[in-house]
Amino acid sequence: MSELPKLTIAEARDALRKGEVTSVELTEACIAAIDGADALGAVVHKTPEIALDRSRAADARIKAGDAPAMCGIPVGIKDLFCTEGVASQAGSRILEGFRPEYESTVSGKLRDAGAVMLGKLNMDEFAMGSSNETSVYGNAVNPWRAEGSDTALTPGGSSGGSASAVAADLCLGATGTDTGGSIRQPAAFTGTVGLKPTYGRCSRWGIVAFASSLDQAGPMTKTVRDAAIMGAAMMGHDAKDSTSADLPVPDFEAMLTGDIRGKIIGIPREYRMDGMPEEIETLWARGRDMLADAGAEIRDITLPHTKYALPTYYVIAPAEASSNLARYDGVRFGYRAKLAQGDGITEMYEKTRAEGFGAEVRRRVMVGTYVLSAGYYDAYYNRARKVRTLIKRDFETVFDAGVDAILTPATPSAAFALGQKFDDPVQMYLNDVFTVTVNLAGLPGLSVPAGTDAQGLPLGLQLIGRPWEEGALLNVGAALERAAGFVAKPAKWW
Amino acid sequence: MSIDRATAAKVAKLARIKVEEADLPALADDFNAILGFIEQLQELDVDAVEPMTSVTPMRLTRREDVVTDGNQQAKVLSNAPDAREGFFAVPKVVE
Repeated sequence: MSELPKLTIAEARDALRKGEVTSVELTEACIAAIDGADALGAVVHKTPEIALDRSRAADARIKAGDAPAMCGIPVGIKDLFCTEGVASQAGSRILEGFRPEYESTVSGKLRDAGAVMLGKLNMDEFAMGSSNETSVYGNAVNPWRAEGSDTALTPGGSSGGSASAVAADLCLGATGTDTGGSIRQPAAFTGTVGLKPTYGRCSRWGIVAFASSLDQAGPMTKTVRDAAIMGAAMMGHDAKDSTSADLPVPDFEAMLTGDIRGKIIGIPREYRMDGMPEEIETLWARGRDMLADAGAEIRDITLPHTKYALPTYYVIAPAEASSNLARYDGVRFGYRAKLAQGDGITEMYEKTRAEGFGAEVRRRVMVGTYVLSAGYYDAYYNRARKVRTLIKRDFETVFDAGVDAILTPATPSAAFALGQKFDDPVQMYLNDVFTVTVNLAGLPGLSVPAGTDAQGLPLGLQLIGRPWEEGALLNVGAALERAAGFVAKPAKWW
Repeated sequence: MSIDRATAAKVAKLARIKVEEADLPALADDFNAILGFIEQLQELDVDAVEPMTSVTPMRLTRREDVVTDGNQQAKVLSNAPDAREGFFAVPKVVE
């Protein structure tokens, strides 16, 4: 097995520019790694021909001296992104056979920068899940296993295929999306880095919508530097998304000085949850010490409405989903149910949606329908939007008091076994307890691998930054990454 | 607030998702578990709080009111389960 897929994006970029390796060689090595990793369930639509075509074009561009940082870099694309002529199903049966006639803005930006798409990556259906168990393709599996165990673990979700593919060195980086933690939680479960940018940084155009006021695309990579490189290539203003921010995207990589002296890092007391495993507590304390040793000032802060974030999310996200998913009606694209004699259009809608959506998606669409229905709109939906204002205000208050970034655990546990939480939706929702506040407040969040638990499984810490200051956030992340020195890799069993 | 079978059936109808009679009690139980979880929001006094409409304080941008795209009938129809003569085809709507 070639060592090339183990390269970071930064290493590969430098080697490509020096002529030490070609994009075709890198791409062929990744294709071979993917073909040998079907047991991970990470890549659900392989696109080797497209990859080889693009890698040849990238090599020509590099030779001509016209090569942006991502040029020639093999990446995976989450199935939620519409990719021209390539299946884009959002992990759902209802988009069976759908081949978009257009390319999402974010995947298009990567393509135009010369990045090489290897294939589409597994995910929870419509990004609704925290374990990648709701996918029509079947589970994605974590390349990590507990020491001395062969139990299959979740790579997290919803971007489980992206996390698994990056952790197993099937690609150099992958796109993810994050509505309540779907980039940061899987990154933490797989020892990889995940960045959820500020709401509005990445265009949502062409990304299958789940909850439009929360959804944000971002990079999933092996290092913080790679997240800076790939993230910058994904961001930028887009007239086709009315919530896209018309702000310049700085050179994040140039901001990675590692110097965080004098930065104020907030430690929110509300993130100390009852029943939190001691390992998580210890890791968090170590992270605090590492940032203090690097010269940051540690300050205890309060975010008083934290406990209301998950219930707020589980009103707002299903409400928006019920509206967004109304478009899956069996008329314009995707699956249509077989109809019985005499069935009319209503039966077509009802049967198509019952057969096309999986159980969790049906559940959330119906919960969303309920909280938006006459008589309950004020009690649930409007109230949740008001609490969302309070949650955002909590963050504004601490940032106004001078806090530069906030340090929290990324997840309440290490990766758990597939099947373990699947039958209890509320237990599953608790996975997002540390990440969901960030989406509600529209802030950038970064998950950095920071250690392992007693069973040798990776654990992540989360950093939350000020709006639009991904560069400063990544710089704190780089300092944490350096101090933590997490270099472990999963032992290959697949 | 407890959701009964009839409410579950009504919500399924509003969402245009067919749910078999036999599955309604389990669905109502699911709803109740989730609604029990979100019930905590009632603890807060939010009378003086504005509901959030946009997470980043920005005005949605406007553009010139002109045609920017079009003439893509074949592409628009290319993914339809049933397209005929340039239209999306559906079962009979009006008797």
